[in-house]
Amino acid sequence: MELLLAITIGIVVATSVYLMLDRNVLRFLFGLVLLSNAVNLVIFAAGRLTAGAPPLIADGAYAPDGQIANALPQALVLTAIVIGFGLLAFTLALVYRTYKSLGTVNSDEMRLAEPEDTHK
Amino acid sequence: MSWLLVYPIIIPMMTAVASYLFRRSPAGRWISLAGTGALLLASGLLMANVLQQGVIAAQMSNWDAPFGITLVADYLSAVMVVITAITGFATVVYSLAEIPRRLEQLGFHALLQVLLVGVCGAFLTGDLFNLYVWFEVMLIASFGLLVLGGSREQLDGGIKYVTLNLISTIMFLTGIGLLYGITGTLNMADLHLAVREVENTGLLTTIAVMFMVAFGVKAAMFPLFFWLPASYHTPPVAVSAIFAGLLTKVGVYALIRAFTLIFDQDIGFTHTILLWLSVITMVTGVLGAAAMNDFRRILSFHIISQIGYMILGLALYTPLGLMGAVFYLVHHIIVKANLFFVAGVAKRIAGSTELSRIGGLYAHAPLLAFLFLIPAFSLAGFPPLSGFWAKFIVVKAALDLDMWVVAGLGLAVGLLTIFSMTKIWGAAFWPDHPDGIKPRLSDIPVGHRLALMLPIATLAAMTCVIGIFPEPFVQFAETAAGQLLNPSAYLETVLGVQP
Amino acid sequence: MQSLILTTTTRLLVALLLVFSVYALLRGHNLPGGGFIGGLIGATAFILYAIAASVEDAARALKVDPANIAMLGVGVAGLSGLSAGLANQPFFTGQWLFLFAEDGGKGIPISSVLFFDIGVYMAVFGGILTLVFALEREI
Repeated sequence: MELLLAITIGIVVATSVYLMLDRNVLRFLFGLVLLSNAVNLVIFAAGRLTAGAPPLIADGAYAPDGQIANALPQALVLTAIVIGFGLLAFTLALVYRTYKSLGTVNSDEMRLAEPEDTHK
Repeated sequence: MSWLLVYPIIIPMMTAVASYLFRRSPAGRWISLAGTGALLLASGLLMANVLQQGVIAAQMSNWDAPFGITLVADYLSAVMVVITAITGFATVVYSLAEIPRRLEQLGFHALLQVLLVGVCGAFLTGDLFNLYVWFEVMLIASFGLLVLGGSREQLDGGIKYVTLNLISTIMFLTGIGLLYGITGTLNMADLHLAVREVENTGLLTTIAVMFMVAFGVKAAMFPLFFWLPASYHTPPVAVSAIFAGLLTKVGVYALIRAFTLIFDQDIGFTHTILLWLSVITMVTGVLGAAAMNDFRRILSFHIISQIGYMILGLALYTPLGLMGAVFYLVHHIIVKANLFFVAGVAKRIAGSTELSRIGGLYAHAPLLAFLFLIPAFSLAGFPPLSGFWAKFIVVKAALDLDMWVVAGLGLAVGLLTIFSMTKIWGAAFWPDHPDGIKPRLSDIPVGHRLALMLPIATLAAMTCVIGIFPEPFVQFAETAAGQLLNPSAYLETVLGVQP
Repeated sequence: MQSLILTTTTRLLVALLLVFSVYALLRGHNLPGGGFIGGLIGATAFILYAIAASVEDAARALKVDPANIAMLGVGVAGLSGLSAGLANQPFFTGQWLFLFAEDGGKGIPISSVLFFDIGVYMAVFGGILTLVFALEREI
């Protein structure tokens, strides 16, 4: 199972790196989305893969009975997903606004803030 | 006692809420001002307590470390919180005159306060994942501030800032995941003990390098700094100033924290990388500055070059080196925010930050010229200003280790800093204005003039005071460095056990 | 885009989703659910309405600026954490109040944790709606 997950993560990371090498900012963003999901899988795998029950404690009990899954990586992944969602939604809106106001999504053509030196 | 650690986070958070709800009325900005005033007070109390007790810690919701979230303040954290509060207060005062109503109604003050929440949280947390969360809080607020108003330059710079910082974030998160995988803990004090029991040190070093890259992007270290000069000169000056003062320093702080408390098992490898990267950072930064022709862009490149000195102090990993790094951090936040403030006033009265299009500031605004010279000389390292002592300690630390090349380059970079400062002086202050404008401070209405000049004068006075009476500050930095190199007090306070 | 089927079902679904979101919020203390998921479900209701009718209609039905709801939510969550200070306990320690508690029973338990969850609900609800409305208006 670990091996399978590791291979999956590898493929996702490779794909995202390929996408992020593109000059099109939108494709770069898609790469970033993929990469952040790959990282979530990494955290999940780092918490060890066990076939445990959900980490819930029955009413009145002080400890769960039987084997339960590690809850911490799940909490970390959830937090990371939420934060990642917010950041990526912001970035998508930013890319869209940039496209509307600069008329391009090609990162090479974005030279407004750093204009090329005219007097050489 | 534990509440002292909470105030610097909760005060700006509540201020953000209140100033956002009142963003359409002038009350919003006064709430923001009062909030930063309260933050200043709270940070002062925190500092007083830390000075008495060394290290203080608080466990959130009564969950003991390493299971709950811990807030810790040692000397370094405390001084960073104090300096954050000072910069935040200065920025709010400055923004009263600089930020137009339109941006205030979009929620400028709330974003600024959220930024302060993130920065204070990052300085105070004792948990690695929590650090990630505070980084994100800071980041999302900085994204908002950077593109607030949405001019074309801002969007252009914003894209680069956002994308590169997101990559750093993802790198940081990967590092956290892997570190948790091999140690099973994320509390920084607990990690300090846990990494010593890891057998696979090769994997640990790999993770250390991931953290180095992640924090290196945040700190604008060579070769990861390209987002900084692409974006820092585009937003309103108040925003530039607080970014320049605080944001990269959070990255440096995280580097110092991680590479003293957690990753100190393979110093020969990691800190050597840091050493050479810091030297190249110094040199490229200052060369970039020398090539620029815009007030704020020159200053942006100087941030990079100064970051090099701080990381150099960390990389030397001697008591003197770390002491220099701490001293440099504090000095640089004050001076750099101040220079951006000056650039803002120059833009306001002379009409631009492009050096070829302004002039006459010395003849018509001698006070501004004087207040520019103080931080400019301090940045370059002239005695008797704070920058002299900061550079002196770092260079001395390098000399003590017989690193002549490093020390020499450090001094040469100082010389080049002077060169680019003279460039600003020679273009913006000395000659007449190309359009014949007479840029006078008295053209600004009195209220605005006060709000603009007070922060500048205060910060300039601070660099003078630190420079003329360095003794207590040096001693403070020395204790801070001692705590970093020997974290037994830190561990004991957080974990409650004798290590 | 106007679709009769969507508009008709939306009318039913919006009310249902909103009630369900409150249910998810309240059961969240001991069972799966909570402020976060409740906020998402609540936001879905208004997003659905925005798709079926229009963003302007949804914003009008909401009456309050969603960004204000989000910020208020952060405030509520923060205050619930501060309430621990009244009992002289560390920040965010849960405070419990049992209303009408007969001996042995719990009565109606009111806790600072609940208020924290309500704050999270508002923050998520408002935050998601701010985002979606802004994107919808933009595009």
